Amino acid sequence: MAEDIQTKLEHYRTAPFDARFPNQNQTRNCWSNYLDFHRCQKALEAKGVDTAPCDWYQRVYKSICPLSWVQKWDDQRGEGTFPGKV
Amino acid sequence: MAHPSQLGFQDAASPVMEELLHFHDHALMIVFLISTLVLYIIVAMVTTKLTNKNILDSQEIEIIWTILPAIILILIALPSLRILYLMDEVNNPHLTVKAIGHQWYWSYEYTDYEELGFDSYMVPTQDLTPGQFRLLETDNRMVVPVESPVRVLVSAEDVLHSWAVPALGVKMDAVPGRLNQTAFLASRPGVFYGQCSEICGANHSFMPIVVEAVPLKHFEDWSSRMLEDA
Repeated sequence: MAEDIQTKLEHYRTAPFDARFPNQNQTRNCWSNYLDFHRCQKALEAKGVDTAPCDWYQRVYKSICPLSWVQKWDDQRGEGTFPGKV
Repeated sequence: MAHPSQLGFQDAASPVMEELLHFHDHALMIVFLISTLVLYIIVAMVTTKLTNKNILDSQEIEIIWTILPAIILILIALPSLRILYLMDEVNNPHLTVKAIGHQWYWSYEYTDYEELGFDSYMVPTQDLTPGQFRLLETDNRMVVPVESPVRVLVSAEDVLHSWAVPALGVKMDAVPGRLNQTAFLASRPGVFYGQCSEICGANHSFMPIVVEAVPLKHFEDWSSRMLEDA
């Protein structure tokens, strides 16, 4: 499982087609991957396990999400005002 | 790019735009044929001296001019739907670029590997060098590798804008808070121009889009250079 993710990350070009978001509006795609990365990181850190599997979500949200959105959300998480459930 | 007194589309620079161009030719041909026929019939009716006040029904011609239009409509609809579904196909992009609309410039972000972002302002008329196009040139162009499927995610930071490049057959609204996806493939190297296509204030006409399609090696060199300069 970890090896698959490693291989996928090595061959990463850009965010692949995600069948959960097949249409024009990719807002949820960005939001979902951002949340998934931070949830994954929080969960694996709590267990004391290597957070490398979470890197996939990070690559995808970095590819898709506008920098200003990521900046805003990071600031909100820092302040404790982030609207998503992490 | 567009040229003065242009009548038709710009030369296609992507496979989708080629299809759209050919479909437009096909549909316009049908329209011209029908218009010519109708005009001929009108002129014939108006200029004839023949009259027959005893025609009461005309079953045959009624059948013909019902069936024939139905066939013509099918002949238009089939290629149209083919292209519609073609445009909707899942293409696995090699590159994702974000085009963000602001008042009154575009910013482009290439974040697949590093975080490259830059603004693209129109070159003011007084700063143009000879050979450059008025109201169309920008200081920084959106560079993409040729023959690579590119995903463009369009959004806006303030008001509605629209990202359009006619030669590539692309137009997508830029809505604040929303990320709209479109895709294209530049089939030949070149420079392709477009303009903001949604009214967005005083300088709506002065925030053009320039896409430059180059070989992959040149794209890689350009992105390294842009990252260094940033």
